[in-house]
Amino acid sequence: MNRRYFKAVLVAAAVVAAFVILHYGCQESKDLASGDVASRVYVAPGTYDEFYLFTSGGFSGQIGVYGLPSGRLFRVIPVFSQDPEKAWGYSEESKPMFMTSYGFVPWDDAHHPKLSQTEGIADGRWIFINGNNTPRIARVDLSTFTTAEIIEIPNSGGNHGSPFLTENTEYVVASTRFSVPVPNRDVPIDSYKENFQGTISFISVDKEGAMDVAFQIVAPGFHYDLAHGGKGPSHGWAFFTSYNTEQAHTLLEVNASQSDKDFIAAVNWKKAEEYVKQGKAKTWSTSYYRNYFDKKKHMAFSEQKTSVKVLMPEDCPGVIYFLPTPKSPHGVDVDPSGEYIAAGGKLASVIPVHSFSKMIKAIENEEFETTIDGIPVLKYESTIAGEVTNPGLGPLHTEFDGNGYGYTSSFISSEIVKWKIGTWEVVDRIPAYYSIGHLCIPGGDTRKPWGKYVIALNKITKDRYLPTGPELTQSAQLIDISGDKMKLLLDFPTIGEPHYAQAIPADIIMKNSKKIYPIEENQHPHGIKAEKDARVVREGNVVRVYMSTIRTHFAPDNIEGIRVGDIVYFHVTNLEQDWDIPHGFAVKGANNSELLIMPGATETLMWQPTREGIYPFYCTDFCSALHQEMQGYIRVSPKGSNVAITYGTGK
Amino acid sequence: MKTQSKIIVIVASLILILSFFFPIWYIDLEAPQYPEGIGLEIWLNKITGQNPHDLNNINGLNHYIGMKEIVPDAIPELKIMPFIIIFLIVFGLISGISGKRSLAYIWIVLFFVIAAVGLYDFYLWGYDFGHDLNPNAAIKVPGMAYQPPLIGSKMLLNFNAISMPHIGTWILVGAVALAVIALIFDKKIKKREEANA
Repeated sequence: MNRRYFKAVLVAAAVVAAFVILHYGCQESKDLASGDVASRVYVAPGTYDEFYLFTSGGFSGQIGVYGLPSGRLFRVIPVFSQDPEKAWGYSEESKPMFMTSYGFVPWDDAHHPKLSQTEGIADGRWIFINGNNTPRIARVDLSTFTTAEIIEIPNSGGNHGSPFLTENTEYVVASTRFSVPVPNRDVPIDSYKENFQGTISFISVDKEGAMDVAFQIVAPGFHYDLAHGGKGPSHGWAFFTSYNTEQAHTLLEVNASQSDKDFIAAVNWKKAEEYVKQGKAKTWSTSYYRNYFDKKKHMAFSEQKTSVKVLMPEDCPGVIYFLPTPKSPHGVDVDPSGEYIAAGGKLASVIPVHSFSKMIKAIENEEFETTIDGIPVLKYESTIAGEVTNPGLGPLHTEFDGNGYGYTSSFISSEIVKWKIGTWEVVDRIPAYYSIGHLCIPGGDTRKPWGKYVIALNKITKDRYLPTGPELTQSAQLIDISGDKMKLLLDFPTIGEPHYAQAIPADIIMKNSKKIYPIEENQHPHGIKAEKDARVVREGNVVRVYMSTIRTHFAPDNIEGIRVGDIVYFHVTNLEQDWDIPHGFAVKGANNSELLIMPGATETLMWQPTREGIYPFYCTDFCSALHQEMQGYIRVSPKGSNVAITYGTGK
Repeated sequence: MKTQSKIIVIVASLILILSFFFPIWYIDLEAPQYPEGIGLEIWLNKITGQNPHDLNNINGLNHYIGMKEIVPDAIPELKIMPFIIIFLIVFGLISGISGKRSLAYIWIVLFFVIAAVGLYDFYLWGYDFGHDLNPNAAIKVPGMAYQPPLIGSKMLLNFNAISMPHIGTWILVGAVALAVIALIFDKKIKKREEANA
């Protein structure tokens, strides 16, 4: 009996031992599996990423271009901020891009990149981005990755809810984040309720991309936050969140957080178009700028506009409705089917999801709670499709994977919450490090999400990277969403502060990417087509240097006859027609920047020498084996000197 | 010649026309900095780049070693070659239509003589470009010449130059091979008929 007991103990011990060994064996293989995460984001040298990711630069004013899944940074596209590296805002050609009704504004706060769409699907022609501070929208051409146009938005206090699109890029929208007197005027701040108003703007985009403020709708003095265009059945509508419906003008963190519900403004823009056609719009005089870059002339032009068409909701029934939405909603996101409109009620305990079809029915049945300034307020119960409960604290933005799930960022609880459309159940959640704002799924706000990844765009990084003093990098996180459970793959740093981002399969953009500007198409008024045309011309105290660059010399590279007090324009044409051969141009003591001239382009640097002497200039972009030899000299003589203009290369 | 042979010689002559629509030779330049490829295509009547700006870019690169610019208009052979090919076409047609075997033989011999002279001429141009270098060139490597291979590949500093016949040449060679085969069979059939008779 004892022996049998002893045997049993032995057998039991063996079983336990086997279990332990197996268990640790399994642990080990789990660790190996996590090694697989590295291979998911590894893009081997010389191979391409699968997606482009465009992140807003936030307070940098620019756009960052990254590859996914590697997280590698390829380019920072200068948009709203001057960039001396690329002479953006320093070259004579690019200065007009910065013109506004306030004069030259060298910076902005860029929040929301948005890829152009055809039939609700990102098409990769352009990417738009808003300037939040001095209200503007920029359009970036993705064949050259350069800013093609910037339009100022009149009657706006700050352009946050922008530049979201209608399904075929018919319009890009703008809505004012700060209500202000419209038109702006000198009033006491505490007369907010009488004098302050909001505007919602529709900016038309033509086939070539040219933007024009088609019409503005004057709305009650709330703060309009974010937007999205309808799609599919809801095409023809656009949705805007609002907060501060309390209409506070001071200590908003308390005073604008009192109401249980604020509003989503649903705008029937097709109806608004009809009213404009019928002449229901008022024409207000105002002042705003449209700046565009002419690709053939290689220079920007500014035009000042002096009037805008304005619709008043009380004259235009059916153009705008308010959907009560808890509480201080931030993002408003339309699912791929176009039926569901999810709001990120940042102080709400649920994610409210409105139904477009229920909204239309409620409008037909006039299920109104009240009316504000001629705008019907629909009943919450009449439009709501469902509420996602337990969505985390501070839900902000939702993107969709195209497989029936929404992914919502929750700022305060710093996580992404995955929920099912229809049942409104939370099915998964994953922490973000730290304080996620927007999130992005490739195509996640279009009719055709490509899915695969969600990118968390975080405000705070703390201990995630090597410290760099008090100011730390911002960051994005790549999360796999191909399975049932979300899985963190990669952290990577980003420029500025990434607000929103857009991602698109690389091949859609790659195939249109230009390698050079054809020199025969260069219509710059001061460009030259061949080295033999290089020359220096004096016109009074203005001296124009028509200069060419080709590996590895400037023509001319010796210039005499410049005098103190002259205004010298270097019109530098890069005659190269070879891929990835820009030349740089820099003059000692210049008070602006260098030039970085792409093959076939012409750029101009203005220089006002203040002291006599010899000034070297040189190529700043390592162009060839004899790059170091690519240089020249300018002789500056005293004012009134009679040294004649002479110039040449190799003489 | 038998009727079938005549037709084949006529068709072969007409096929030669196609050589005007394709390059006859190419010179590829391979280097790490040119993953997209850069090179020349030599036609009967012109020299072009494989990509729109290749000729200019190759001239730009060649100036470092002091090579003369390749200016197609300055190469007289490019003006003469089309007429020589037209002459061969006409000659081939005449020999096919007349059915005279002796004329066809002359035609084929002429073709190979012209091909040999053409290749030698191509070699001379390559030799000239490769050796007649500007003494003030930035890059001078003692003992180094930059003559591209007539056929095959050769390292020229950082570039691997590959020189090979292009479609146009294969059309010319193919057409004449067709005629040669036709004539051989024609001869055999004739012999057999004579033996039978």
